[in-house]
Amino acid sequence: MPETNIPYVIRAYRPSALKEALMKMYLIRKFEEGAEESYMRGLIHGTMHLSIGQEASAVGSCMALTDEDKITSTHRGHGHCIAKGADLGRMFAEFFGKETGYCRGRGGSMHIADPSKGNLGANGIVGGGFPIAVGAALSAKKLGTGAVTICFFGDGAGNEGAFHESLNIAAIWKLPVVFVCENNGYGMSTSTERSTAVKRIADRATSYSMPGAIVDGNDFNAVTEAVDASVAWARAREGPSLVEARTYRLRGHSKSDRNRYRTREEITQWMERDPIPRFADLLIAHKVITRKAVRDLEDAAAKTIAEAIEFASASPDPRVEEATKYVYAERVPA
Amino acid sequence: MKALGTPEVRELSYAEAIREALDIALDRDDRVFLMGEDIGVYGGAFQVTGDLVEKHGPDRVMDTPISELGGAGVAVGAAMTGMKPIFEFQFADFAALAMEQIANQAAKARFMLGGSVSVPVVMRFPAGSGTGAAAQHSQSIEAWLGHVPGLKVVQPSVPEDAKGLVLAALEDSDPVMIFEHKILYKMKGHVPAGYYTTPIGKAAVRRTGANLTIVATSVMVWRAIEAAETLAAEGIDAEVVDLRSIRPMDRETVLESVRKTGRLICVYEGVKTLGVGAEVSAMVAESDAFDFLDAPIVRLGGADSPIPYNPQLEKAVVPQVSDILVAARDLTGGRI
Ligand SMILES: Cc1ncc(C[n+]2csc(CCOP(=O)(O)OP(=O)(O)O)c2C)c(N)n1
Ligand SMILES: [Mg+2]
Repeated sequence: MPETNIPYVIRAYRPSALKEALMKMYLIRKFEEGAEESYMRGLIHGTMHLSIGQEASAVGSCMALTDEDKITSTHRGHGHCIAKGADLGRMFAEFFGKETGYCRGRGGSMHIADPSKGNLGANGIVGGGFPIAVGAALSAKKLGTGAVTICFFGDGAGNEGAFHESLNIAAIWKLPVVFVCENNGYGMSTSTERSTAVKRIADRATSYSMPGAIVDGNDFNAVTEAVDASVAWARAREGPSLVEARTYRLRGHSKSDRNRYRTREEITQWMERDPIPRFADLLIAHKVITRKAVRDLEDAAAKTIAEAIEFASASPDPRVEEATKYVYAERVPA
Repeated sequence: MKALGTPEVRELSYAEAIREALDIALDRDDRVFLMGEDIGVYGGAFQVTGDLVEKHGPDRVMDTPISELGGAGVAVGAAMTGMKPIFEFQFADFAALAMEQIANQAAKARFMLGGSVSVPVVMRFPAGSGTGAAAQHSQSIEAWLGHVPGLKVVQPSVPEDAKGLVLAALEDSDPVMIFEHKILYKMKGHVPAGYYTTPIGKAAVRRTGANLTIVATSVMVWRAIEAAETLAAEGIDAEVVDLRSIRPMDRETVLESVRKTGRLICVYEGVKTLGVGAEVSAMVAESDAFDFLDAPIVRLGGADSPIPYNPQLEKAVVPQVSDILVAARDLTGGRI
């Protein structure tokens, strides 16, 4: 290829799409920071899992998707949701347990979903999304929609039985699904070296006769290039594939984490590899955007988040009399 | 703290009491070891194992990968072959992933193999709602497991029993499932020092009373006691029976209490329908104690619903003190 010096995303996407991608990364970052702050202020009940530092894999993976395409997400799913086009006000409203939230206050942080955008939902069960993603891909194949499903999962989730069963089924039936592993080095406190027999999760793809690739998950360009190739492979009816994005979560696992299993130096090193300034610099270097415009984007993102929080705070709680609504299609008497 | 000549009285939290039991068990018996997700340096999601890994080392306090079916099943296999594993589920809800090994293997091995093997495995399940953790991290699934012959299922409500039941479970040659309520972990109470066991299958009368029996499990024992205090001021004298073990169930203690009071409320957090209260009610209805009843039996259980995230909704779907008060007043008609 003659243009190899020009990064893939610059070649493949229009400036408007790239600016939108950067904006989404800022929105994710500010969303997570806003969530953290709201938690501190006692506005959020329960716990939450923040994806600060993992914005490139969320947004990069969804670049080639339309609203017809599906994703399944994880407990660390706010970024995936935003990447797939969720409304931030409704996301915060769900956090605050409000009727205007994506799950009408019934689900909270771990269950945000937006089927209208093809987002089949975060999941409280590690590995819960694998078979669902494969099922969505089976539907797409049976219905002939041409839709592709991306199944996001963590390094820790790859040790659940559901991972292995699902990859095998996806492979034997050649289903249009892309497994995107966000390998942040840890499942809670347990490092991948301690939990996982293979050094490269992508190597597991071989066992299921599907292509597997590893990329720098903090490099938006690398993630997008690899996942776009997998999405194209799936659309061409070649079947499933796996992309392992090597990344890092800069915050603790959840609100109860004391970070006893990793060093401050390690965290600081990864802070220097923050995916957002890296992507902004790439766009500036290729004259897609100016530094001033990047700052404006960041400010606009902060403003959007502040408005979302305001919307959520002002929203009504669900009615207690309706606590058990939505258990069945029709209310079934006990 | 301990003055000469006086017995040692110590307050420990429920989580500390369990940790002490685990520590004693690890000290006493080389065959005992702990397995679970993040139970080592992290200390467990609810800090139950705490710093045990520092004392006993990672070979005896083993972090597993996120593999509930594999982890629980490996514990079953080790138990069948001479070890005494204690497996911690990070949340009771994740037992769903391990149900095969629990219900088809651990529970049935002794029977299927004609009594030629034992499965002395202990499993611990942090359960229940009240923490804003929503539908997949808040369930009370003790009745799922209680429905499987071959398993024993206990639900300690106080720190003393939490410790004693862990140690009793380890002495038992059958699989014992311990349901620990998450909102009890920080609750303090008197815990005897040293080694002792709390009998499995034996209920405890937490408050004696003459007019009404409240049979409760786990955190509901506390709500029942609180309700009983209020009722006492209204002239209704309630007896509170802490079931402690749902399989086997202490039939005699329950029947005895009902024969005395003539009224029964069962209160439990698990889903009401097909739950623990149905068993308690049927046990009474099928016995001579039925003749002593002055009023219909009342069950207060969880709604037929997953646990919602919103805190008001979350409260609304499980019995609260106010629900017990309403039921008790209704049952006694305000008059005794
Ligand atoms: C079946 C199941 N087991 C355990 C948990 C508790 N848990 C939630 S997230 C997590 C770690 C997941 O690690 P990984 O898949 O690497 O994702 P990450 O948190 O690193 O994004 C654990 C153990 C759970 N929610 N579900
Ligand atoms: Mg991880």
